[in-house]
Amino acid sequence: MYKDDFPFFKDNDLIYLDNAATSQKPQVVLDKMNEYYTQYCSNTHRGSHDLGNRATQEYEDARASIAKFMGVGVNELIFTRGTTEAINLLATAYVKDNFDRVMLSELEHHSNIVPWQLHGLQIEVIPVDKDLNIDIKTYEQLLQKYPKSFVSITHISNAFGIINPIKELISLAHKYECQVLIDGAQALAHLSIDLKDIDADFYAVSAHKAYGPTGIGALYGKYELLDKMKPYQGGGSMIDDVTFEYSSFLDPPWRFEAGTQAIAEALGFRAALEYISKLKDLQAHNKILLEHAKSELKNIDEIELYTDAKNISGNISFNIKGIHHDDIGILLSKQNIMLRTGHHCAMPIMKKLGIEGTIRLSFAIYNTKEDIDKCIEALLKAIRMLR
Amino acid sequence: MSHLSIQEEIDLLCSELELFDDVMDKYEYIIELGKQLLPIDEKYQTPVFKVQGCQSQIWLHPYVKDEKLYFEAGGDALIAKGLVDILIRIYSGHSAKEILDTNSAKLKELHLSEIISSGRQNGIASMLKRIYGFAKEVSEDKGGK
Repeated sequence: MYKDDFPFFKDNDLIYLDNAATSQKPQVVLDKMNEYYTQYCSNTHRGSHDLGNRATQEYEDARASIAKFMGVGVNELIFTRGTTEAINLLATAYVKDNFDRVMLSELEHHSNIVPWQLHGLQIEVIPVDKDLNIDIKTYEQLLQKYPKSFVSITHISNAFGIINPIKELISLAHKYECQVLIDGAQALAHLSIDLKDIDADFYAVSAHKAYGPTGIGALYGKYELLDKMKPYQGGGSMIDDVTFEYSSFLDPPWRFEAGTQAIAEALGFRAALEYISKLKDLQAHNKILLEHAKSELKNIDEIELYTDAKNISGNISFNIKGIHHDDIGILLSKQNIMLRTGHHCAMPIMKKLGIEGTIRLSFAIYNTKEDIDKCIEALLKAIRMLR
Repeated sequence: MSHLSIQEEIDLLCSELELFDDVMDKYEYIIELGKQLLPIDEKYQTPVFKVQGCQSQIWLHPYVKDEKLYFEAGGDALIAKGLVDILIRIYSGHSAKEILDTNSAKLKELHLSEIISSGRQNGIASMLKRIYGFAKEVSEDKGGK
């Protein structure tokens, strides 16, 4: 019973199926954050007292551990507030000055659309097919037409769970001298990630969707690329020397970490990934839940599932014909089933499908087949009430 | 035209909603209200009359007749329409002054979380703001004349 690892489930009988929005946190994550606040709470990278040294050591050890988890070098991992800040950092400090064009898939979350728009970058849209898989042929045609562009694609679609073939997409992009960012917000909790193997130039993640705290995430970048990037924000801890005329900056990753960082959160982030590392059945469990949910949902009259793709992870999205998703969301909530309804911050793909939104079940390690059965029972009751 | 004050309308609704022991029965009632809400004229189903709210669409058409404020509304989700119907029942047919003199916090007495939540994506909360905003506009226009 993985639920026993999560204090959230101790005193309630809620069924939590909104893990793509944020997951619950295991006790080990809370304990690690508590340890910082109760034993060595102090600022990092400043002064020389023992407490500060301990906090700095823990913070940098967290970076090393997270880098190892993702298969990258310790100096290639910048702490950010999350995926959104990672993408904004990259757009501001690098892409806007080095590229005219960004290619995005139709599945992208708003956080992988709006940051590029804010810098006036030309956006080229890579279409998806009827199963919501990226149309590779059109993608390659776009790469041929616009070589040396920037490409930014999600690893797993937050709205439909599609796992994109990122190794192939990255390899094709490199053939046309493009550089690639992968939005890994949904992937961190569900896939084993080896960034050197997939050869991503950049990769962005959030801790809170992978059993870690909110307010912390990371941007991975190949060191030679990070080294070319300008600072994102100015402040303490990112400088080498400061005068009123001129400032010089530290090397990556510290160049991009101005001001006091989210120290407890970085430590919690590490603890979360260590927790994930111990889950041997993570992907198999996810697959069992997805297949169970899909087969149960298929029995419901007038259900609309939007893809038959097999490469799905983490979540499943649907609608019931003639019923508004918001009505379903409210009635499930009243029956203690917490899931997300709406456009899931992915309005372009919703518009393409001609819908306002969907009902989304998204899974974590603590979910069980019984959770799904209770959800389906509550869903059928909601449908009866709304017909 | 309403013969009850806004507070009396709220009290009456509270006593009606209290009859439901089971929360699902209460929502069944709200869904019924939603189904019975008269459709709003298509000419008001435009962005001008649309209430900001992310989850479902709501259109609100406010107007003044004989110095009383009236509201008609429509939407595309049944529970939202039911809740809208409740707000119309409370606020429609009253003067701008009476609306402005009523603290919207009184609606907490209804124990309907969708109405009292102040989330940025709560269309019902946005509708409430529109009702008070319209009352303020009417009241200021009157004061200026």
